[in-house]
Amino acid sequence: MAEDIKVIVFKLGTEEYGIEVEKVQTIERMMPITRVPKTYSFIKGVINLRGVVIPVIDLRGRFGIEEAEHTDQTRIIIVSVNDIEVGFIVDSANDVIDLNKDSIDTPPDVVGGIKAKYLDGVAKIGEDRLLIMLNLSEVLNKSEIVQLESIEE
Amino acid sequence: MDMNQYLSMFIDESNDHLQSLNEKMMELEANPEDLSIVQVIFRSAHTLKGMAATMGYEDLASLTHQMENVLDLVRNSKLRMQDFIFDTLFKSLDALESMVENITGGGDGKADVSTIVASLQAIVRGDIPTAGGTSTNDTVSAAAVNATNAPILLDEFQFSVLEQSLQEGHKVMYVEVTIRKDCQLKAVRSYMVFDLLERSGEVVKSFPSVQDIEQEKFDQSFSLYYITQKEAEEIQSMVLNLSEIEKVNAVALDSESLQQLGQETTAATLEAPVQEVPTVSPTQAAPVQSKDEAAKPAVRSGTNSAPSRTIRVDIERLDVLMNLFSELLIDRVRLEQLASEVHNQDLTETVEHMSRVSADLQNIVMKLRMVPVDTVFNRFPRMVRDLAKSLDKKVDLIVTGAETELDRTVIDEIGDPLVHLLRNAVDHGVESIADRIAAGKPETGTINLRAFHSGNHVFIEIEEDGAGISRDKVLKSALKKGVVTSEQAVNMTDSEVYQLLFAPGFSTAAVISDISGRGVGLDVVKSKISSLGGHVTIYSTLGKGTNFSVQLPLTLSIIAAMLIRLGCEKFAIPLSSIVETGIVKQSQIRTIHGNKMLEFRNTHIPLVSLSRIFSIPDYDESNEEETEIVVVRKGERLIALAVQDFIGQNEIVIKNLGKYLPEIQGISGATILGDGQVALIIDPNAFIK
Repeated sequence: MAEDIKVIVFKLGTEEYGIEVEKVQTIERMMPITRVPKTYSFIKGVINLRGVVIPVIDLRGRFGIEEAEHTDQTRIIIVSVNDIEVGFIVDSANDVIDLNKDSIDTPPDVVGGIKAKYLDGVAKIGEDRLLIMLNLSEVLNKSEIVQLESIEE
Repeated sequence: MDMNQYLSMFIDESNDHLQSLNEKMMELEANPEDLSIVQVIFRSAHTLKGMAATMGYEDLASLTHQMENVLDLVRNSKLRMQDFIFDTLFKSLDALESMVENITGGGDGKADVSTIVASLQAIVRGDIPTAGGTSTNDTVSAAAVNATNAPILLDEFQFSVLEQSLQEGHKVMYVEVTIRKDCQLKAVRSYMVFDLLERSGEVVKSFPSVQDIEQEKFDQSFSLYYITQKEAEEIQSMVLNLSEIEKVNAVALDSESLQQLGQETTAATLEAPVQEVPTVSPTQAAPVQSKDEAAKPAVRSGTNSAPSRTIRVDIERLDVLMNLFSELLIDRVRLEQLASEVHNQDLTETVEHMSRVSADLQNIVMKLRMVPVDTVFNRFPRMVRDLAKSLDKKVDLIVTGAETELDRTVIDEIGDPLVHLLRNAVDHGVESIADRIAAGKPETGTINLRAFHSGNHVFIEIEEDGAGISRDKVLKSALKKGVVTSEQAVNMTDSEVYQLLFAPGFSTAAVISDISGRGVGLDVVKSKISSLGGHVTIYSTLGKGTNFSVQLPLTLSIIAAMLIRLGCEKFAIPLSSIVETGIVKQSQIRTIHGNKMLEFRNTHIPLVSLSRIFSIPDYDESNEEETEIVVVRKGERLIALAVQDFIGQNEIVIKNLGKYLPEIQGISGATILGDGQVALIIDPNAFIK
C-alpha cells in the first residue's frame, strides 16, 4: 500500500493540475505585478510578497497555451523548488485532495499540447476526473529557452 | 546525546574565547608582570578545555590542558613569562584556532599538535632556553645547529642513562644521518643503520621515533643519541660504508656538552616553529634584552570597554524581521490614507501615533544589522605583532574608533582588503629599525588604524609614519610597466600618481617578500572596495608616512536613489552614479552616426533611450518637445538617460530578484515602494561600455 500525498489542485483552461503540497508556500489572489523588461514573455514580472520580491510566471504562457484575461478566480501559487521561489499564475485554485501514490500513472505520450517532460504522471480521481501532476523542476528548467537579447544601443 | 544542536554554540563560544585569549596575551606581553591578566587567560583556557572535552574534541582539550599547565605555573609565580613562552602560547592559540576552524568546516577538529605539546611540556619541566644560548661549546652547538631535523628531546631518564654511561667511561655521541634523496627504501636503509649501530653499542633515543622511521615518516635525515666504545670517526666511516647514505655526522659528547645539547635542542624545537621567516639579522644574535624589546607587542589602545551584553541572532532572522517590517510600513501608508479619507479625529491621532512608533521601530530594525568594526579589527593587533616580529621591525598598532558600526554585509567583506593594507603598511610602509634610526625617527614605527563616521559614510584609515611613497619611484615603475606614457606622467598630480599603485600588476616592492607577495595586489583591494560602493584614497608625505583612507557606505542594503517614472512604470537610479539631472529640448539632441548625442559641458555624450531599451509600452520620449534627462557616470565616462518624470529622492532597501530570473542587463535589483509596489533598480553601468 503506497502512501497518500496531499496535492493542491488548480486549473488551466479545462484541465486540472496537481502540485504536491510541500512545494507550495501559499496561494495568493492576483496582486499588482511589476513588469521586468528584457526577459521571457511568460515571466510576467515581480510581485512583493510580504517584503520579498518574487518573480511570477504565467503558467499558460510557459506551456504555450493562449494566455487568458485574469478574473476573480485567478490565483498566484507561490512554489519553492530547489531554493528557487516562483509564483505561478493559474486560472483558479481551490482544492486540496489526498492522493494515493498508486493511483498516479506515467504520463501518456501526448497530453493536451503540453510537453510530456513537464509532467510527472496522471492521476485518476473517482470515475471521470483526471489530474495532471506537474514536474516542477522541469517547468522551472530554463536551459531549453533561448538566450535573452542584450542591451543594444 | 546529540551534540549537533550545541555545535554552533560551541563554535561561537570557542571563537570568543580564542579572541579574548589572543587579546589578553597581547596585553600580558605588554605587562608581563601583571598576574591578574594571567588569571583571566587561565580561566578562559580552562573554559575552552571544558567545552572541548564535553564536545569530544580530544586534541583541542589536550592542547588547552597543556597550556593550562604552563599558565598555572605562571599564575602561581613559579614561572616567569618570557619571550619564547609567549611565542609557544601564541603558537598554541594558532593551532587551536585552526582546529576550531576545521570543526566549523564540518571536520573533526583533529590535528597533530605533538610539537607544540612537547614544547609546552618542556616549559613546564623548566627547560627554558635562553636567548644567549648560542654562545656555547662550539662543536656541540655546531651539531645542534646543523641538525636539520627537529632535534631530540631527552627526558630525565634518558638523560641520566647517558650521563651515567659517560661516568662509566663509555662514549656518548650525537649522530645525525642523512640518506640520499633518490633512496628508494628509506625505512630499510635506516633499519640497516640502526642494525649496524646496535652491533657495537646502544641507541638511546632517536628522532623521529623508531616506529616513525620504520614507517618512513621522516624526511631525509634522522638523529639519535648513541652509547658505544668506539670513536666518533669510526662510527662515521662505518655508517658511510652503507650504500645510499649521503652524510653522517657523529659528535662525541662530554657531560657538559650533553647537558647543553639537551637544552639547545629543546630550545631549537621551541624556536623552530615560531620563526616563520628565518632571517639572519643582528637582533637575533643580540643579547636577551634587545630581543625582548624587538618583541615588544603591538599595543592595542582605544576603549577597553566592559563586554557588552548581547545575544546572537541569526542574520536570516533579521532579514525576515526586516521583510515583515516593510510590510507593516506599507500597511501604515494605507492606514494613513484611509484615515485621511475618514476624517475621524481619534482614528487620525491613533494612526499618527502609530506612524511615529513605527518610524522609531524602523530605525531600530536597521540598527540591528549594524556591527562594530571591532569584530574585524580585533584580529589585527596579533597579526601586526607577528608580522613585525618576522620582519624584525618594531611597530605599535594604535586602534581607534573600533566601536564604529557598519552593516553586517559590509563587515563580512571588508576584512581581506584591510588585512592587505595593513600588511602593506608593516612591510612597505614602516622602515627597518636601522633605517628609522638613520632618518632620526624613533625605532618603533606607529600604525594608526582608525574608523569613524562621516555623513552617510564610514571611513577606515590606515596611517603609518614610515618612509612615504616616492613619486619618482612609482612613476618610473609605471613607465617601465607601460601603465602610463611619459607625456601623461609629466602632468600627473601626486594623488594621481599614488592611484597608479592600484593598477593591476603594479608593485613597487624591490623584493617580493613573503608578506606582500601573496599574489594579491592593491588592485584587488581596490576592486573589492569599489564593489562595496566605496573607494580608497592615498595621502603620502615623503619621509613622514602614508595614509590609506577607505571610504565605505554605511550599509549595502539601503541606498539613496532617485525615483523616476517611465509611462506607468517606476524605476530607481542609485544617487551615487548620478552626476546631474536636467531638461533638454528635442532640438538639442543630435544624431551622430546613427546615435543620439547631446551636448553636455562642451563634450558630446550619448543619450540613451530607457523607454526603448526597456520596451516601455506607454511612453516614448521622441514624441516629447522637452525630455528630462539623468546624467550618469561610470568612471570618467558620462551618458544621459532619457526619462519621463522625476518622482524624487528616496532611501530604498535593495532586494534581489530571486534565483529564477536570469541576469537582466541594466537592472541590478528591486525595491519595494511605500505603496507596496515593486520598482526595479537601474544599473547605469550596464549602459556605459
